[in-house]
Amino acid sequence: MTTRTGAGPAGSDLAAALKDGALGALVMLGLSVPIILLRTDQSQANELILRPRIGLVLIFCALIFILRFTLSYYGVKWRTSRRIKAQGEALPAVAGARPTWKARLSSLALPAFLGIAVTYPLLAVIANGGLDPSRYWIDLGILILTYVMLGWGLNIVVGLAGLLDLGYVAFYAVGAYSYALLATKFGLSFWICLPLAGILAAFWGMLLGFPVLRLRGDYLAIVTLAFGEIIRLVLINWVDVTGGAAGIYSIPRASFFGIPFTAGEGGFAATFGLEFSGMHRIVFFYYLILVLALVTNFVTMRLKRLPVGRAWEALREDEIACRSLGINTTSTKLTAFAIGAMFGGFAGSFFAVRQGFISPESFNFLESAIILAIVVLGGMGSQVGVAIAAVVLVGGPELLRNLGFMRAALGDSFDPNEFRLLLFGLGMVAMMVWRPRGLISHRDPSVVLKEKKAISGSLVKEGHG
Amino acid sequence: MEVFVQQLINGLTLGSIYGLIAIGYTMVFGIIGMVNFAHGDVFMLSAFVALIAFLVVTAWLGIGSIALALFIVMIVAMLVTALWGWTIERVAYRPLRGSFRLAPLISAIGMSIFLSNFVQVAQGARNKPIPPMVQDVIVLWTGPTGYTVALSYKQIIIMAVTAVLLTIFWYVVQKTSLGRAQRACEQDRKMAALLGIDVDRTISLTFVIGAALAAVAGTMYLLYYGVVSFADGFVPGVKAFTAAVLGGIGSLPGAVLGGLIIGLIETMWSAYFSIEYKDVAAFSILAIVLIFMPSGILGRPEVEKV
Repeated sequence: MTTRTGAGPAGSDLAAALKDGALGALVMLGLSVPIILLRTDQSQANELILRPRIGLVLIFCALIFILRFTLSYYGVKWRTSRRIKAQGEALPAVAGARPTWKARLSSLALPAFLGIAVTYPLLAVIANGGLDPSRYWIDLGILILTYVMLGWGLNIVVGLAGLLDLGYVAFYAVGAYSYALLATKFGLSFWICLPLAGILAAFWGMLLGFPVLRLRGDYLAIVTLAFGEIIRLVLINWVDVTGGAAGIYSIPRASFFGIPFTAGEGGFAATFGLEFSGMHRIVFFYYLILVLALVTNFVTMRLKRLPVGRAWEALREDEIACRSLGINTTSTKLTAFAIGAMFGGFAGSFFAVRQGFISPESFNFLESAIILAIVVLGGMGSQVGVAIAAVVLVGGPELLRNLGFMRAALGDSFDPNEFRLLLFGLGMVAMMVWRPRGLISHRDPSVVLKEKKAISGSLVKEGHG
Repeated sequence: MEVFVQQLINGLTLGSIYGLIAIGYTMVFGIIGMVNFAHGDVFMLSAFVALIAFLVVTAWLGIGSIALALFIVMIVAMLVTALWGWTIERVAYRPLRGSFRLAPLISAIGMSIFLSNFVQVAQGARNKPIPPMVQDVIVLWTGPTGYTVALSYKQIIIMAVTAVLLTIFWYVVQKTSLGRAQRACEQDRKMAALLGIDVDRTISLTFVIGAALAAVAGTMYLLYYGVVSFADGFVPGVKAFTAAVLGGIGSLPGAVLGGLIIGLIETMWSAYFSIEYKDVAAFSILAIVLIFMPSGILGRPEVEKV
């Protein structure tokens, strides 16, 4: 908060930093007085009683003090030294020599990621010594890949076209319910339903996208949020069709291109001469979602090079300039919505077939927010970034839960999933404050004239979107 | 007829609460043009502060007078929530001035997720009920079918407190130098800064006032329903935002008017159509208003500048 410009004498710096830290601690004390200090609990007589937690408040205040003090004391020094360095280097640093480690990292990251993703079940089996014990890890991989796919789908709308969609989970729901209903009511197989679910979700994307086209920025975001909630509430209340809050049970499982995963004659194991194991299906699901996610990525990368992809990016940068250059913003926005929704629909029908059970609870606003957090923290528009963010945000808390020392340090009742969303929220704020372009953001111009110049993300000013 | 009058009373009560929250949305939008998505959760947090303050006042301090207890609870909730509002602006929004257009909204969504989960972690996920504070009702009249139209003391308190606070607030915005600074910043932030108005301070104070009014709404919510949970911020927040947009975002009387209209629509819808779809109605109104009349009832149409 104190943006002192000149580097004063060390003593006054220290005093100022101490003062800053003390102020921060004082504010923290004020913030935490009722809400952290006094915990409300249900007593035996079902009345609320208060349980004071003075120690916790003191810990928080001390933490804030240390944080503010360090930021303020070392922040000034760091900023000054950086400014001096920046003045020394001056301008040429911007134009040519920028794509150093970042570019190398992203060029290395892609094959590495792909390699790990493809061999992941094998690695899990080797590490756990067998197919059955590695079930947890492969399930986790499926979960992460689902979010990678959702993140990539939303990335088309948010990252490429610059339209903030807060109701993305609605299309996920449309996909899931399409498969569940078509399969349970009409007995269609997964392989027919998958494209149908995608088409239906795309159709809904167009339908919901149409009225919001005139809106921009924040209003568009809020309307998509409203649509997402309306779809969820309709799913809850339209009991005749959707089964209401109880959801849809016993959704038929997918087959291996017609060969069911059953133990008997004609099943997957028997056909390929393997010993039957329930894990075959799980491994199959893993590769299915991997392929779906890669298709999403591939299509997005190809679309980026098509005129429509260029139009998306132009729209993101400046809508007015875009319109004045004769780009049809209506169809550009609609295609972004529809294609983003289509991938959401694919992911949704995969979700339904994997779970075998869906209910509206899986499609609440929080889910949209998590997907959005993945896209935002991955650096909007960056495919690799989204994948990394999904691994960290979805896989991270799961891993933390299994670390023994965390439990030993923080007590048995410690459950990182409780703090997961809390950290997501903080992460989104921190991201916007420090790195609004994402952790590994670099935004190369898609079209270049004569020579290629990398432009650092901070130089690109985003227009109205 | 009796049902209608009863629903009118209930709707106006609910509408007062929405109106108080809506002012926070509309003021912030007016001054820095952002949708403060976390405002609904600030409201929820204030209800929790009020809950804890109420327990302290009644159980620990043993204050028997409900009027005094309610007054203390409201003041405490306003102070603490105002501090929260100030801190949120400082941490999550101020560094984003001049960032790209969607940055504040994304930051606000992050803040909203943080706040609701913070309260969940700090206070637990269960509903927190308190014994009813005020129970008496005034029976206005009894209809021929035996349906009584009643006005409860709770409802009187809520409407009276809302009216008094809005008057004070109106006075602050119209007559004091702070209000003048605020309106100046709303019209042209750069020009206001050139004329010697401390823009940062004015924006901070806007958040403080908005949070304090949300705290009044939170206290009233607790008084009315007697129960609060960490997830209670989202839907009332969206409804209050709908109210702000319906009344014309940026317009203060519009926010109150919008709040009353939304409250009335919600109760009437629940009474005459279906209670299951009342939130669908609220969200639909939000979408319809944003799409077809984005400048609302009392708002100025937004001029697109190139």
